[in-house]
Amino acid sequence: MPQSAKKTLDHAPLFCEPEYRKMLAKKKLKFECPHPDQVVSDQREFTKTWEYREKNLARQALVVNPAKACQPLGAVFAAAGFERTMSFVHGSQGCVAYYRSHLSRHFKEPSSVVSSSMTEDAAVFGGLKNMVDGLANTYKLYNPKMIAVSTTCMAEVIGDDLHGFIENAKSEGSVPRDFDVPFAHTPAFVGSHVDGYDSMVKGVLENFWKGAARSEATASINIIPGFDGFCVGNNRELKRLLDLMQVTYMFIQDASDQFDTPSDGEFRMYDGGTKINDVKAALNAEWTLSLQHYNTRKTLDYCRDVGQVATSFHYPLGVQATDELLMVISEISRREIPEAIRLERGRLIDAMADSQAWLYGKKYAIYGDPDFVYAMARFIMETGGEPTHCLATNGTSAWEAEMKELLASSPFGKNAQVWPGKDLWAMRSLLFTEPVDLLIGNSYGKYLERDTGTPLVRLTFPIFDRHHHHRFPLMGYQGGLRLLTAILDKIFDNLDRETMHAGVTDYSYDLTR
Amino acid sequence: MTFKYANDSDLHAKLITDVLSQYPDKAAKRRSKHLSLATSEKDANAISECEVKSNIKSVPGVMTIRGCAYAGSKGVVWGPIKDMVHISHGPVGCGQYSWSQRRNYYVGLTGIDTFVTMQFTSDFQEKDIVFGGDKKLEKVIDEIAELFPLSNGVTLQSECPIGLIGDDIEAVARKKAKEHATTVVPVRCEGFRGVSQSLGHHIANDAIRDWVFDKKDIKFESGPYDVNVIGDYNIGGDAWASRILLEEIGLRVVGNWSGDATLAEVERAPRAALNLIHCYRSMNYISRHMEEKYGIPWMEYNFFGAYQINASLRNIAKHFGPEIQEKAEKVIVKYQPLVWAVIDKYWPRLSGKQVMLYVGGLRPRHVVTAYEDLGMEIVGTGYEFGHGDDYQRTGHYVKEGTLIYDDVNSYELEKFIEGIRPDLVGSGIKEKYPVQKMGIPFRQMHSWDYSGPYHGYDGFAIFARDMDMAINNPVWGLYDAPWNKDRALAAVAG
Repeated sequence: MPQSAKKTLDHAPLFCEPEYRKMLAKKKLKFECPHPDQVVSDQREFTKTWEYREKNLARQALVVNPAKACQPLGAVFAAAGFERTMSFVHGSQGCVAYYRSHLSRHFKEPSSVVSSSMTEDAAVFGGLKNMVDGLANTYKLYNPKMIAVSTTCMAEVIGDDLHGFIENAKSEGSVPRDFDVPFAHTPAFVGSHVDGYDSMVKGVLENFWKGAARSEATASINIIPGFDGFCVGNNRELKRLLDLMQVTYMFIQDASDQFDTPSDGEFRMYDGGTKINDVKAALNAEWTLSLQHYNTRKTLDYCRDVGQVATSFHYPLGVQATDELLMVISEISRREIPEAIRLERGRLIDAMADSQAWLYGKKYAIYGDPDFVYAMARFIMETGGEPTHCLATNGTSAWEAEMKELLASSPFGKNAQVWPGKDLWAMRSLLFTEPVDLLIGNSYGKYLERDTGTPLVRLTFPIFDRHHHHRFPLMGYQGGLRLLTAILDKIFDNLDRETMHAGVTDYSYDLTR
Repeated sequence: MTFKYANDSDLHAKLITDVLSQYPDKAAKRRSKHLSLATSEKDANAISECEVKSNIKSVPGVMTIRGCAYAGSKGVVWGPIKDMVHISHGPVGCGQYSWSQRRNYYVGLTGIDTFVTMQFTSDFQEKDIVFGGDKKLEKVIDEIAELFPLSNGVTLQSECPIGLIGDDIEAVARKKAKEHATTVVPVRCEGFRGVSQSLGHHIANDAIRDWVFDKKDIKFESGPYDVNVIGDYNIGGDAWASRILLEEIGLRVVGNWSGDATLAEVERAPRAALNLIHCYRSMNYISRHMEEKYGIPWMEYNFFGAYQINASLRNIAKHFGPEIQEKAEKVIVKYQPLVWAVIDKYWPRLSGKQVMLYVGGLRPRHVVTAYEDLGMEIVGTGYEFGHGDDYQRTGHYVKEGTLIYDDVNSYELEKFIEGIRPDLVGSGIKEKYPVQKMGIPFRQMHSWDYSGPYHGYDGFAIFARDMDMAINNPVWGLYDAPWNKDRALAAVAG
């Protein structure tokens, strides 16, 4: 009996005990009807080959381990970035349980979203009644300032008309006539979570800007961060930099406080977020900057339609991308970049110079949302690394073209390959056939780390199996330091693991590096 | 070992009145049927008076904690069967959010001969909605056959659009099963069906009945002590901590359902002598079917906490007669030192602590006595997706005045927790962080908060340790900034 009250064994050591090993071996032998070991081992080896890779990359219908989620998740995340806004997802309720869990598992925070709980009868008759009753309940129970409505694929397939339904609900008194209920159609079978983000932010802006006259343009700059699992650290870091520059700015959609509420005895259902009055005032800004191009294509078009100058970045990380961001902001705000920021920049460069030997020539595989992959590839090249595989399941051909242009701009991108639309099972084949030194992505990459032995650095959403990474910025020069340290830590930890076999490899188990 | 206590009925009744007063009238009327108190402690055969309305639609626009039929089928019943590929058929999201989230432990080579912690999807695009997805599904199955040749079959887990656009996945299943000479199981678990994940369990059970049982010529020699473990999903290894006990008392576990299961274990189930069912809610349907069709009796058991483990082992052994009974007694005796060591260690730290539960499946009742083994009191409990028979069974477990809430939503739960301020809340990931913000200790009782196992004697030790570490954690004493406290000054002065 391995268990004891004195030294309680968790699952990991418990099931290594001989009693359990024996039991599991017997189960396999007698009851599981497994394939012969040789067959399993042959298949395992086969999956590492170029032949398997070719079959794998030729797949047309099957998707295995995709690195993307569906539109409504992006809409729910977007809604969380506005003042006292309750996200209301019109459709079947299970989806909402999934979005809430997904966000909570990443941020380790509450995620408040309601559903209109449509079932079979709504599938037949439409979900109008659910909308009428649902908005009334949400308004009464959760005391929001705004209810942001998005859809699941169910509501989209049956063709529910959100605008009409919301008008109907208002007529029936579910919420006051002048209560703000922006909406976005977010079918899960179109695009991915980045498109859902785009649709919801646009929906909110339209709700407040449509029909409103633009007064004389103000000097304030609108900033749209995009779907960002690191919003907590990133938004705060950017605000610090902008404050140092004394720029007048407005974050449109800022979930940094909502997903980082303090523990002090009170549960805050709503915290932070862009104030509704500020959203209204943001119409008059001369400029709108998006930090993620593929998250905001429709929104930026709309900003241009109302007369703003709109431009986008690709999730600015590292030295040159941060330089560009600050210079653009400096130019349009007519504010100097202060000396303090130049010194910060110098400190990042100093750190990169100190560590350059450990990074030069390292090969990387990077996956995630299109803007993230672009940004990481750029930063990797700044460190002398080679982004060998760049993969975005939700990447388009336009993204592919932009990536190729970026990679062509540096000798370090010479051997890089871009993989739009491919999934992480395809990545597995790529890593076996054309191995790299490091993998950069999210928690799902741990299966690739296990199978291929490629060390994983977790730098994008979702991160489920490590805590608190999202609290630290990746953007700005401070964020660059964090990126650099995360990558170096992985390299050093790995090196230690490889060299720590006493009396065998520990001659390289160096104290000073 | 269970002990007597009564709950504060007046307070609980007032809390129900208070939350209902906040709703619009129509919703208040609907919700009032789901909230109640256990009125008296009944003997083990009585039907409880704590019955509430259950298994009906959630109120729209409130934060229900429930999931959907897809979650019930793919996430619970089928997903853990390890040597099959479970296709999330439809758009990408459902598969993505349920990917590797239920900790269904298994042994095998993932991607080669086992597939549980992977996400296979047909990733529906707009054109699939317009033109139908059957052709694509056929191709998906072909590609799986080529890339994952050691998979022992596939299941088609329907997401919402499949039923709405009228795809004929059954026809696809029949065609492809024949072509590839393999098992293909269509499961109509679209998320809009039913009112929660519960219907998904039922549909998944029916799919086992209709598409797996009696489909192959099974070569398997049955024995007199063959049992199936039904309704254990091996969260954190629960099924293993249970299996080791059942084998110790002399039984032969021929099938684990469905945590760590292979298709073969499911196929041979009708040859067993007895079905032992842990999660009654998710798997009673198939147990009843096996009883009717194959004459296999079934028996519920509870492997949470020493008191129930002992009782369950004795009950199971009784079914097999003196030889097994004798072994069971020996096993119980063998583990008693561990049980007493656990209780001696944790009773002084946990007795008298109040617990509120809100989970699914069997746990709202089954874990009650495990807490009581440690001297803890259950003040409130309820089911995400329970039915009337679950609430009847709950009556055997709870004490008078226990607050009972069915399909409780975040608003009500928060108000109940505020009103009672229990010492511990056991619920899911969505409830964890709001409760902890309030300064109340919390354990996730779906995933065991990434600990476990909690089943069996080995699991009981972990369960007790986890509850202690949650409740007696120093962090709860740090919530107030010292400069906000008058007593801080007094302490310095004093």
